[in-house]
Amino acid sequence: MVSTATLAAHLGFVTSTHDDGEFHPPTLAEFFPPAIFFEGTPFEMNRIVLVRLLAVAALLLLFYIALRRTTRVPGRGQTIAEMAIDFVKVQIVDQILGEKDGRRFLPLLAAMFFGILAMNITGIIPGLNIAGTSIFIVPVVFALAGYIAFVYAGIKQHGGLRFFKNQLFLPGVPWPMHFILAPVELLNVFIVRPISLSLRLLLNMMVGHLLLVLCFAATHFLFITGEGLGFASAFGVLTLIGGIVMTVIEFAVALLQAYIFTLLSAVYIQQSVAEEH
Amino acid sequence: MDPSIIVDVTGNLNTIGYGLAAIGPGIGVGIVAGKTVEAMARQPELAGRLQVTMFLGIAFAELLAFIGVALFFLG
Repeated sequence: MVSTATLAAHLGFVTSTHDDGEFHPPTLAEFFPPAIFFEGTPFEMNRIVLVRLLAVAALLLLFYIALRRTTRVPGRGQTIAEMAIDFVKVQIVDQILGEKDGRRFLPLLAAMFFGILAMNITGIIPGLNIAGTSIFIVPVVFALAGYIAFVYAGIKQHGGLRFFKNQLFLPGVPWPMHFILAPVELLNVFIVRPISLSLRLLLNMMVGHLLLVLCFAATHFLFITGEGLGFASAFGVLTLIGGIVMTVIEFAVALLQAYIFTLLSAVYIQQSVAEEH
Repeated sequence: MDPSIIVDVTGNLNTIGYGLAAIGPGIGVGIVAGKTVEAMARQPELAGRLQVTMFLGIAFAELLAFIGVALFFLG
């Protein structure tokens, strides 16, 4: 029984290993595990950084294996990789940006999609059990990439002055309204957009992880560590089923969030290259 | 018990705050999804484009609920 508890702790299901018969709901400490490598240096690594590196390595390896020798009649791996990239190209990039602009931004957006997907998926892989995107800096980096892309795209397309004019002054508005609308648009386009992009991804993955921990920690408590529960420990069956269902939902959320992040980045790029706002 | 205290609340008030914060986005997401189903029933050939727009709308409505979660931990 004790070995189950320590195993669960190692797998990251529960943070605390002490079996004092109390229920420990998950806290934010979940996301700040102790450092394991290079402690005290700027390169300090904890479990989550390691998980991110693993996710990136797995992503690169999979694409390398799949596309090592591309042939005209694709093999199994190549077909899957082509289908994945085709999804980003057809469902996101071409639909929002169109064929011509889409070609320019496909590499960036595809890298964004697969990077986010790989780091989201780690949240439900047994043994890793935390999404690489559930710490603030990763969503911020992806959001900054999107931010730089849409500002660059707009300035390249229209020149600096016209880009800002297009973004800040909405067409078809009586001119005195611009005094109110321009600051609002400035705030919306250049500040709220990147923040909301990163917050959406971060909080989705964070909440998903906390829910999983809550379900499995409750199961652990009800079945193993809880004392004097009697018949009430049967509720552990419910929490266990809940945890399994949540794992499936988390898989869908990981896909959906990668999709939405890429989609919104594409929409922002489209809005800054469009002729009229 | 002190007679001037009518109700004694223990536990974390943030939980109630998050519950309140989830009402609005919940209704919003429901309206977005429902209207999309309506629109897809009228024009099934536009289903793909409508779905993309639906996800965009949901993403914006949903963000408010997630800010509620963040405040749950901050407060």
